[in-house]
Amino acid sequence: MSLNHDIQTNRLLDETINDNFVDMAPPMSEKQVLVASERCLFCYDAPCITACPTGIDIPLFIRKINTGNAHGAAKEILSANILGGSCARVCPTETLCEEVCVRNTSEGAPVDISGLQRYAVDHIDTQMPYPFTRKAETGKHVAVVGAGPAGLACAHRLACEGHQVTIYEAAAKPGGLNEYGIAQYKLVDDYTQKEIEFVLQIGGIEIKYQTALGKDVTLTQLRNDHDAVFIGIGMSDVNNMGIPGEDLPGVIDAVDYISDLRQADKMSDLPVGRRVIVIGAGMTAIDIAVQSKKLGAEQVSIVYRRDISAMGASGHERELALQNGVNFELNAQPHEIIGDDNGITSMQFKRTKNDDNGKLVATDEVLSIECDVVFKAIGQKYDGSPLGDDAPDLCKRRRIAVDDNFQSSLAGVYAGGDCIDGKDLVVEAVDHGNKAAAAIHLKLSLHTTKG
Amino acid sequence: MADLSCEFLGIKSINPFWLASAPPTDKAYNVVRAFEAGWGGVVWKTLGEDPAPINVSSRYGVHYGQNRQVMGFNNIELITDRPLQVNLDEITQVKKDWPDRVIIVSLMVPCEEESWKNILPLVEATGADGIELNFGCPHGMPERGMGAAVGQVPDYIEMVTRWCKQYYSKPVIVKLTPNITDVRMPAQAALRGGADAVSLINTINSITSVNLDTMSPEPSVDGKGTHGGYCGSAVKPIALSMVSEIARDPITAKLPISGIGGVSNWRDAAEFISLGATNVQVCTAAMLYGFKIVTEMCDGLSDWMDKQGHKSINDFAGAAIPNTTDWKHLNMNYNRIAVIDQDNCIECGRCFAACEDTSHQAIKITEVADGTRKFSVIDEECVGCNLCQVTCPEPEAIAMVDVPTDKPHLSWLHHPSNPYRETP
Repeated sequence: MSLNHDIQTNRLLDETINDNFVDMAPPMSEKQVLVASERCLFCYDAPCITACPTGIDIPLFIRKINTGNAHGAAKEILSANILGGSCARVCPTETLCEEVCVRNTSEGAPVDISGLQRYAVDHIDTQMPYPFTRKAETGKHVAVVGAGPAGLACAHRLACEGHQVTIYEAAAKPGGLNEYGIAQYKLVDDYTQKEIEFVLQIGGIEIKYQTALGKDVTLTQLRNDHDAVFIGIGMSDVNNMGIPGEDLPGVIDAVDYISDLRQADKMSDLPVGRRVIVIGAGMTAIDIAVQSKKLGAEQVSIVYRRDISAMGASGHERELALQNGVNFELNAQPHEIIGDDNGITSMQFKRTKNDDNGKLVATDEVLSIECDVVFKAIGQKYDGSPLGDDAPDLCKRRRIAVDDNFQSSLAGVYAGGDCIDGKDLVVEAVDHGNKAAAAIHLKLSLHTTKG
Repeated sequence: MADLSCEFLGIKSINPFWLASAPPTDKAYNVVRAFEAGWGGVVWKTLGEDPAPINVSSRYGVHYGQNRQVMGFNNIELITDRPLQVNLDEITQVKKDWPDRVIIVSLMVPCEEESWKNILPLVEATGADGIELNFGCPHGMPERGMGAAVGQVPDYIEMVTRWCKQYYSKPVIVKLTPNITDVRMPAQAALRGGADAVSLINTINSITSVNLDTMSPEPSVDGKGTHGGYCGSAVKPIALSMVSEIARDPITAKLPISGIGGVSNWRDAAEFISLGATNVQVCTAAMLYGFKIVTEMCDGLSDWMDKQGHKSINDFAGAAIPNTTDWKHLNMNYNRIAVIDQDNCIECGRCFAACEDTSHQAIKITEVADGTRKFSVIDEECVGCNLCQVTCPEPEAIAMVDVPTDKPHLSWLHHPSNPYRETP
């Protein structure tokens, strides 16, 4: 094989890859839990609760852990956030609860809230009754589109209230981004599916798989057949760079590749470039860069057109990339990808700088980086086409516009998660699902007849 | 360098740190290790009549604080379970090998003159520097009419002390139990009986915990538990108070005191000495960390004394006694309030929760534009109770500050609201 277009499977032995993809943040030991939980000050009106989109009473669950009541702690967490287990693993807590922990002020390090949350949820006592009870059947039936975090949270809350829920899921498995989009080493051991099994134990939730909106079922049908509809379809489209060479083989959407990686039976079967460029600055860019290294790529560079302070990925995430040998190339704007029908050989960038007004402008200086693969991780975008002609209005960011009750411009049609405006976090999607469920329940409780 | 050597009842000690009568002083092996580590003296674990008692398995219970820190623990051990002669021989040898270190022999025999008359000459022959009468052991031995069973009856204390002074020529220290109502009574009884000193406190009746699976108190012996003697830093405040009561009592004011009870570091020792103790006895801290801690105790005390300008222990012995008084003498015109140092506040809000829920609603929260919270004291509402400072995790964040007043000293004795007030 020529040095150009060097894309191969089996760059590393299976066992090496498996070692590389072990749990990024392994579970805490009992002793670590004791030490960490002692550090929580049980703050009044604690800042961490405010910082959590789902408002988990963090000091209270930590106190429960500390007094030997992990099961109670898990109940506390799950009653606010039914996906508290995956959130403990994937939340950028360094920008949420742990960022505002008062222990930062005097000791320079927060309480390890994510570690403690994971411990609690992992130690729920399965011998005890399921911690949620379903109220008597209301006879109301709600359609949820998308079995991702927003849809699952919404469905669970509605089921608790006694409503019947049908989830319409385009994919073959539930979980949405948790199943297909989060880096492998953050959610190991098929955690997403185990968590969803727990969610569904409430009863009253049916999931119709491989049933895509706009293809197998229409929004109009759903509105006719149900008392309310919740849309949690996320963002199914990706942004384009709009440069020459973008369609050449070897230029790959990062989300597609991560999805393949998450579903791969053998990770060594995945084709991996020797020299990899990642375009982007968010968590997906970090995820694909780190995973490429773990799969055996020799050189991995994240290239971003602005400086480091503008990156969407947190300092913690950037540190993770550096630790895994990923390079950062900053102030370089994609210009052209060089290659042919057989693959790509390099990518050219224009150096950027801030002009006198602080605006980012391209200079004439060209940076060329040799590569076999370019991953696009420059953001996903909402695709409204599945909603058909009967689609709700969009907001400024071209996603579904919702009111304070997460209701769209269409009566009885609610939305949440990444398909509405927000920070695109799992924990935020759960919050949307929770709040939409509350609004739907309120509305269904007020109306005894359909409409 | 301050001089840590001190004299207690004419017995010279290289420092004021003795190991209390307990497992660490049960035999020559331990005592020699203690002397090698630098302890000034030991009170040898209590000797009794043969046959020696038999101890049970499972002997200590614990009361944990944060991070498994031992706040206190208790024990249900009895006096030495080794034959009397073995102990006497070892004491003789160790005293011979370590002439500059103090050995006091703790004793507990039945409350009969004959028993004391028999054992005292044997102890005298060892060359030990004195005896300590164990009238405090709260578990096991009282059921046999010894230990706290004697210490709780002042007349018995006086009687046994008198026997000891009659049959033993060296100093007699009476160790007092805290499991009584007024510690001054047994101290006065010891004085009447001729005691040269008292030592206190012995351990406190306690059950440290209950195993909720087996419903057995801890420490559990085959599913059953009994109350044990509580010790460790948790008992220090009780011990300090009792020491001060004896030091303040005009009857016992001149009776030397060996301070015991949760002494864990040099600061604790200095506090006991300031309230009337001449030296201190340590047990729990050594049992938790080993004998090496005496190095920290000596260094810390010496450094502090240097900073204070104290050349010897006597320079500050009893220095806090004049400031220890009855409530009725406290100045009711004195006022202090809390001041929160915003630079050191970490905004946890513990002070607010404590004050708002359980005290005087004297702390307010101000939301700051940048999203932070400012906690400040409402001066008019603050009664200076110290609770906010107590709950604050940051040592520098809350200060209690004196509020100057023009008013003269006014105690309850002379307060206009007191119907029985005295006229000055």
